[in-house]
Amino acid sequence: MSDVTPYLVLSAILFTIGCTGVLIRRNAIVVFMCVELMLNAANLALVAFSRQHGNLDGQVAAFFVMVVAAAEVVIGLAIIMTIFRTRRSASVDEASLLKW
Amino acid sequence: MTATYVITAPVMILAALGILVVRKAVHAALLLAVVMIGLAMVYASLDAPFLFAVQIVVYTGAILMLFLFVLMLVGVDASDSVVETIRGHRIASLLTGLLLGVLLVVTILQLSFGTMKGLAHATALGPGQGGNMPALANQLFSRYVVAFEATSALLITAAVGAMVLAHRERLEPRPSQAELARRRVRQYGEAGTHLGPLPAPGTLARHNAVGTPALLPDGTPSPSSIPPTLRHATPGGRELEESHE
Repeated sequence: MSDVTPYLVLSAILFTIGCTGVLIRRNAIVVFMCVELMLNAANLALVAFSRQHGNLDGQVAAFFVMVVAAAEVVIGLAIIMTIFRTRRSASVDEASLLKW
Repeated sequence: MTATYVITAPVMILAALGILVVRKAVHAALLLAVVMIGLAMVYASLDAPFLFAVQIVVYTGAILMLFLFVLMLVGVDASDSVVETIRGHRIASLLTGLLLGVLLVVTILQLSFGTMKGLAHATALGPGQGGNMPALANQLFSRYVVAFEATSALLITAAVGAMVLAHRERLEPRPSQAELARRRVRQYGEAGTHLGPLPAPGTLARHNAVGTPALLPDGTPSPSSIPPTLRHATPGGRELEESHE
C-alpha cells in the first residue's frame, strides 16, 4: 500500500507529543528537545508529501528546515548556558524577572 | 505502509512519549536520539537518501551531541522538580495535547490523498543520469539558490552569535603563582590553614585509587584527601564529609 496517510498520522502524533512536552516539561533543555521533535515531525510530513506529489520541493524544504534548526539550536543552547551561568538553574520557572 | 514504517513508528512514538515522562534530561536526550534515527530510517524508505544521511549526521551527530555537551556543562543530574508551580498545569497541558492530537489525526484520516506518485519522474534528469542527490542539487543550486545563500548568512550569524553569548570577559587579571603563595601564607597566619599540599588519596589505606580517602594516624579517613568532585561518588564519601563538618 503506498499511501501518504500513515506518515501524516505519525507526523501528527510526534508533533502533538512535542507540543505537550513544551507545555509540561520545565527543564529548559528538555523543552528545547521537544521543539526539535516538533520540527522533525514537520520534516516527516514534508518528505512524505514530496513523495506523494512526485516533486522534490518537499525534500528541499526539509533540508532548509534542518539548516535553520541547527542554527536555532546553537543560539538557544548558548542562551540557556548564559541563563544557567547567572541563575545556576536551567528551569524555565526561574527566569521570571519580567513576569507581571 | 512499508515494513520500515511498521517497525519504526511504534518505537518512535514510545520513545517520544518517554521524553514526556523521564525525569533526567540525559535520558530525554537519548530517547530523542531514538526518534531521530527512526525518522532517518523512514526518510530512507520514502526515497530520500540524502535527507537520511543529513538526518543522521546533523541531528543525531551534531545537534544531539550539542545537547549532551550542554547537559554536561549544566550538570547531568539537572532533573525536573515534581512540584507544580501553577495549579492544574499538568492536567491542562495533557488535555490540550490530547485535544490537538485527536484533532490532527481525525482531520488527516478524513482526507484521502490518493496513491503516491513516487519520485522516479522527478529524480530522472536525463538519459543515464539522475538520482536523488543530483536532482536535489539541481533544485538547490538553480531554483533555491537565493535561499541557499541566505542560509549561509544565517549559519555565520548563528556561529558568531553563539560565540558572543558564550564569551566571558575576564574582569580581573589571573592571580600569579607568587600571589597565590602569598595568599596561602596570609591564610596560615590568620586562620592557621595547613600550609603544605593536601594529603594524597589512598595513603595508608587499603587501595590507592583516587576515590579512596587517606587514613590519618588514628585510622580515621581524611576527607580532604579526595578531590571535591569525587566526594559524592565515593562510597561513604558524603557521610565522611558531613561527619567532618
